[in-house]
Order: sequence, then C-alpha cells, then structure tokens
Amino acid sequence: MSLIEARDLRRTFTLRRKVGRFRRQRHEVVAVEDVSFAIEAGETVGYVGPNGAGKSTTIKMLTGILVPTGGFVRVCGLEPAARRRELAGRIGVVFGQRSQLWWDLPLLESFDLLRDIFRVPRAAHADRLDECVELLEMGPFLHTPVRQLSLGQRMRGEVTAALLHGPRLLVLDEPTIGLDLESKVRLRRFLARLNAERGTTLLLTTHDLDDIETLCRRLVVIDHGRVLADGPLAGLRAEVARERTLVVDLERPVPPLELPGARVAHVENDGSRQHLVFDRERLTAAALITAVAERAPVHDVSVLEPEIADVIRRLYELRESRALPVVDR
Amino acid sequence: MRADPWGLINRAHCYPRLVLAGFRRYSAYRAAMLAGLSTNVVFGLMRVGLLLAVIGERPRVAGYDAAAAVTYVWLGQGMIATVSMWSGFHVAERVRSGDIAIDLGRPWDFQLAELAGDLGRFGYHLVTRMVPPVAFGVLFFPFRWPQRLSTWGWFAVSLLLAVMVSFGIRYLLNLSAFWLVESRGLISIYGVASGLLAGLVIPLHFFPEGIRTILWWTPFPALMQDSLDVFVERGSPLPAVGHQLLWAVLLLLAGRLVQRSAERKLVVQGG
Repeated sequence: MSLIEARDLRRTFTLRRKVGRFRRQRHEVVAVEDVSFAIEAGETVGYVGPNGAGKSTTIKMLTGILVPTGGFVRVCGLEPAARRRELAGRIGVVFGQRSQLWWDLPLLESFDLLRDIFRVPRAAHADRLDECVELLEMGPFLHTPVRQLSLGQRMRGEVTAALLHGPRLLVLDEPTIGLDLESKVRLRRFLARLNAERGTTLLLTTHDLDDIETLCRRLVVIDHGRVLADGPLAGLRAEVARERTLVVDLERPVPPLELPGARVAHVENDGSRQHLVFDRERLTAAALITAVAERAPVHDVSVLEPEIADVIRRLYELRESRALPVVDR
Repeated sequence: MRADPWGLINRAHCYPRLVLAGFRRYSAYRAAMLAGLSTNVVFGLMRVGLLLAVIGERPRVAGYDAAAAVTYVWLGQGMIATVSMWSGFHVAERVRSGDIAIDLGRPWDFQLAELAGDLGRFGYHLVTRMVPPVAFGVLFFPFRWPQRLSTWGWFAVSLLLAVMVSFGIRYLLNLSAFWLVESRGLISIYGVASGLLAGLVIPLHFFPEGIRTILWWTPFPALMQDSLDVFVERGSPLPAVGHQLLWAVLLLLAGRLVQRSAERKLVVQGG
C-alpha cells in the first residue's frame, strides 16, 4: 500500500466579490484542479511549482487541514481530514513559516510537552531526542527560550519537534526558507541521513532547487493545479532537458568554434575556453570532442548537466507549446 | 474499534504538564508582571479613595461599610489579572496568522489544552498579581477578613469558577476570529463592558434593583462580583457559586460547539 495516495484531487475556494453597492457575487477559484500521485515508503519527493500552483493546498489536504472538494486521498491508510488527530500521530509536519514550538519556553520544554501530547514512551522519546540533539548540534541552545533562537536554530528545533513521535512520513513545507547557506546544508544532510538510515519518507515543497538536487530522487512538478511532470530527477533531466553543455579548454585561444549540431554559448579567456551547447539525442559528447579536437588542440573537457532550474523552466516552456512529453516512472 | 473515542483517558496526562507550561510561560515576563502589578496598586489607591468618599460618615452604603469597601477594592484589583479580564486573546491572533492549523492538528483536545494553559497562568497570577495588592490593602487599610472558616473554601472554589467563566468568554471571543476579519473590535467592547458589568468599577449592589436582576442573567457578575460577595460573606455563598457554576458549564459547552463549527469552516471553506 502506498504511503500517500492521491487520485483526481481537486480543491476549489468560493470567494464573494462585491458587485455594485450591496450585491455580492460568488465566484469559484480553483486551487487544485486535478492532482494524482502515489508515494511509496522510503521515497524522497520534491513537490515543486511556482507560487499559487497549488502546492500548499495539496499539503493541507494531505495533512487533513483541508477537505478536498473532490477526488480521493489516503495518507498512511487514513482519510486525512476525517481522522486528522490520528494521522497527526503518524506523520510529522514542518512548516517553514509557522512554528509548533512554545515561544516563551526553553526549547527543551517544547520537546517535553510534545512527548506528553503525542504520548511517546519516555525511552523512545529520549533516544530520538538525543540523536537529533547530536546530529543537529542543538546542545548549546536547548535551554534557550524559543523566541531568542536564530531562525537556523529554530528550524532545527522544528524538525526535531516533528520527529519525536517517530513518524514514517515527514512533510516539509518550504523548510529552508530564509536560512543561510550553512544552515541549509546542515538541514539537508540531516534529512538525507534520516531517509537513508531510518527509511523516513520525505515529501517537501520548496523553491530552493538545491534542496531538490541534494535530497529528492523524485520530482513532482505542479502548475495551475495540475501535475505537469512526475518522475525520477535523472529521468526528467534526460527527457525534458536534452541539451548538454560541453566545456572545452583549448591549448590556445581560437575564434568561436563553428561545429555542426552545436552552438557556442559562452567564450572565456579570449577563446581558450568555450561552452558548446548540444542536443545529446543528435550528437554524442564523444563525437563533439572529436570534432573540436580536429579544429584545435584540446587541453581538458567537461560536460555540464542541466541545472534543475533549467529542467523546470523547460517544462513550463513545453507546456506553453503543448508539447509536453508524458513522463513515466 | 477504539475503546476511548474521545481520547480523554489515554491522553489525559498531557494536561497537567500544560498547566505547568502555562505557569512557566507567564513567569518569563517579570518586567511586565511588575508593571501590571504597580498599575493595579495605583488604581487601587484611587478607587479606595473614591469609594471611602462615597461612604463618608454613613455606616454603610448598599451593605458596604468602610472595611468591606476596602476589601472589595483590593480583592478586585487583585482579581483583574488573576481572572484575566483584559488579556488572553492569543488564540484570535493565531487564527489571524493561520497558526491555528497547527493547534487544531495536534492529537489533543484544544479547548482543554487552552484551559490547562490558562489555569497555569492563573496559578502564576494568583501569587504575583493577587497576593501583593491584597497584602497592600491589609497593611494600610481596615480589612475585612472572612468570619467563618468555610468561607475560605467557598472563595477558592468561587475564584476557580470565575477563571473558568472568564476563560469560557475569552475562548468564544477568540473563536470569533474565524468569522470576523477583525475580532479586536469585539474584544475591546468586551473589555469596557466587562469592567462595568462584572462589578469592577463600582459594586453591582450600587446599581438599581432592575439592572441587577438583568445582570444576574448574564455571566458578567460571575467574573468578579460573585467571588467578592463570597469573600465578604454577603449572604449565603450558594447562589453566587451556583451562578458561576452554571455559567462556567454553559460557556465551556458553547465553546466546544463553536469550536466544532470553526473547525468545519476551516477544513471545509479553507478559513
């Protein structure tokens, strides 16, 4: 059984707009049009899309905060909205922009409160807490009131708070928002380890594509309330962004190379380093390197994979041109 | 399938800790406590002066002699924060910010959790905001202590019920934020009205008979006047405590019903 199963999920909101002086007109806004996906235990899934695409609305339906207008959803075998409290004991949720800690109390007291609220046996609680404190280096500020913590420290506390009851699924809504680079790296490393060692399933929404690059093996891209693409990150890259960049370092500067099937995107050092963009379906890197070597002596080469941002941008372009490939897993 | 459908038996033990947490949360702000305390004492001095001037040479006014009037004022000043007349609206703030989704998503009874936190706050304010103004009154004015030992017991129960009634009203005002874009207006009106109608500004016994009868049908006297009457032994404690108990139960039940529809609104309409 899938840990998360969503079929034809739909959510609309009814807004009342003022028309004239007294009349009000109801009109419907579709936040999630038609979303289907299934997530198995142990997966790491990035749920991405632009603002207003329906990410948070989907997360709210998965965690039981919102009832779907239509469709089917099960999380850990439960219907989320109907059994929200029960579900809360099985999943962990981290909202990057909200806090589940007690603002005025030392961090450690929030953890103690959560132990009682979630009825976690003392020994299990102590084990999990010790592990989080060690890995997230929270020792120095465990006794500091939450309101005095830096954002990076608080987020470590938030993630710990979501894990103390030992959930099989951790849902993170923009967990790295506003964090500095070091804090992001630390958090990602921790989450990756959590998935690898404990098999905790991760579902995260983010605008930070490095999060996805380092954490997610699978990507679900959503736009205008629909799933645009769903598949392994590597596969998406291959399917959607077929262009690769070959960076060649030449023995001496030459004018921009003109080669069939490749174009020069960028030239450095007067022409001794050139960035050649090619379609890997039409031309292999090896053939291109041979072609370059015929024109000028090659010192070094490297092939750049497309950035995840390019993959997503390309997805949106393809949608515009209605040439979106169906990506299967 | 579940032997404990309300989750009350199984989850009962997070509430004592929440009481403790409520106590600790408030004790984090010592400067605010001292500022509030000194305000209570200063206003107490003004009120005592005013009330003693009203009584003047007469032996008693509306049943109050000088000692009973002094007791009424200082006990009342101590009850402002202890009963939490004008604060405790953080839930409305959480509704506005959307953080309420976290509160309602937890495997607990939210109303009970909030009540537990408020009882912790009550404990803290009992020590820091109630005892000092009363001690001040005892030291510098003629004070009327209860004549019967049983009065202390009744007063303890009455004070606890006053907190429950106050909590019940505040909980409903807090939940109003689910429907009103801005619940602060309603909360301000309550602040002004409660001071007058609960018997803080002047004793309700100074009001004409007709108004007192009408007020009896509202929860306002249960916030303060009932407890003050119990302490100065104004007739039997039973009607006052009964009045408080009735309102505490009604308000807490209303809170549950309103919360259920607030949750439905949040979950179905999306807040």
